Amino acid sequence: MLNYPFMQNAFAAGTLIAIVSGIVGVFVVARNMSFLTHTLSEIGFAGAAFGLFVGWTPLAGMLLFTSVSSVAVGQLSSKASRREAAITSISALAIGLGILFLSLSNQNASSATNILFGSVIGISRTSVLQVAILALAVIVVIMAVYRSLKFDSFDAVGARVAGIHGTTLAIIFLVALAFSVSVAAQIVGSLLIFILLTLPASAAKYFAHGVGSMIGLAILFALIGVWLGLALSYWTNWPVSFFIAVIEVLFYFIGLIFNRFTARN
Amino acid sequence: MASNETHQKIDSNGQPDSQLTEDTIMTVDKLGMKFGQKTVFQGLTFTLKRGEFLSVLGENGIGKTTLIRILLQQLRPTAGEVSFLPSRSQVTIGYVPQFRNVDTEYPLTVKDFVGLALHDHLTPWWSKHEKQRLNQVLHETDLTRIAHIPLGRVSGGELQKAYLAQALIRQPQLLILDESTASLDNNMKFELLDLVKQYQQHTQAAVIFVTHDLPLTKKYSTNFLLMQPGPYQLGTIDQLNETVLEAAHA
Repeated sequence: MLNYPFMQNAFAAGTLIAIVSGIVGVFVVARNMSFLTHTLSEIGFAGAAFGLFVGWTPLAGMLLFTSVSSVAVGQLSSKASRREAAITSISALAIGLGILFLSLSNQNASSATNILFGSVIGISRTSVLQVAILALAVIVVIMAVYRSLKFDSFDAVGARVAGIHGTTLAIIFLVALAFSVSVAAQIVGSLLIFILLTLPASAAKYFAHGVGSMIGLAILFALIGVWLGLALSYWTNWPVSFFIAVIEVLFYFIGLIFNRFTARN
Repeated sequence: MASNETHQKIDSNGQPDSQLTEDTIMTVDKLGMKFGQKTVFQGLTFTLKRGEFLSVLGENGIGKTTLIRILLQQLRPTAGEVSFLPSRSQVTIGYVPQFRNVDTEYPLTVKDFVGLALHDHLTPWWSKHEKQRLNQVLHETDLTRIAHIPLGRVSGGELQKAYLAQALIRQPQLLILDESTASLDNNMKFELLDLVKQYQQHTQAAVIFVTHDLPLTKKYSTNFLLMQPGPYQLGTIDQLNETVLEAAHA
């Protein structure tokens, strides 16, 4: 399996994606941004379709759309009372735009399928390099604001009193999240990005109780999902995102059961 | 060292305390707040000194939390000003609210939650000095035993102690307790305020305690600020008697 260059590329990109998703995911879950992440994946779809339409790579279109709109969506949804409606409307607009751009670009159905569901064989050596650069950028940004981000994500009230500027931090994180969405979409596709960005971290919080250990465990869960998913996809010829989804959901349910068991004791 | 003797009683029509001493940590001068046409309070003037324990009393909706949010610079007042001495950047404020966004699934341990406030360094891990300070504050607030239990699974009293520990870890010169004892049983209320008093005795920090609880006010406070419709009342704790409270509710 690993003798094929496309599988080597897939495993290399998958590993980087799992690491970034594990790190960013812990903060996504702590900041209750799972729904927003879901919307960003739809915006990513619109961006990728736009990229195809104007002759860019889908990744370039995704980066543009997710970066700009993540900040806009974050600001629009800052008030809890209108969060769901604001996110839903932008999500609807993104899907509409995605379909329009695909239609205008005259791309065949497989382009749409690749954007939406990801493609193992579509990952070239250049894609791996792009993913590596983006992943490194996200990790560097998160590490630069790590302690403040940790405080703000897990105790916004305390962080505000300590003088941490929540809005600036939120914008930095949203851009990092947008990059992560664009990176993760290379493997699992834009529709299922939130699997890697939310489920490993959601499961990890039931087993680990420090931010560092939660990140470590979320990375491990994401890595197992991606590696096993790629291998199973290779052997069965079924979509890799299906296997990743099943594995991560399994981790989450095991986490729920474990939590119920430990809480009772 | 703060002293009740140097604290002058001031009413809303009076003059600001002109006796600023080196013990003064905060001055509130003719502070007013309006939301639209509604005046929440106006002309609020007082000073706070190191070692002072000021209880802020008053009925719900009278503006106590608004005042605290102004002191925390989360709200801009519509009149007057709040000054910290020697400057705002040199006064560390600790804040202990009644509630926080902590549910039963909150994952961080008590220790990790308290340690969140150590946010000044760039390294993702705590330094040796930070670990020592963390362990010390957990010990002082009697949390060492439950340090490794997730915060979502501790009792209400332990939760408040963890909030207090997080506020104390940066050794604040001003500690604000916003109804922090309101949801606790009687023993735990006194236990929590004993810890605050201990910290205050060691550090001469000033404390602002927003509460409805008169027995606690009388036991721990040096001064009181009674917010009420019309002129507010400010005085030393021995001046807080039934007459004052009845007048407030009249």
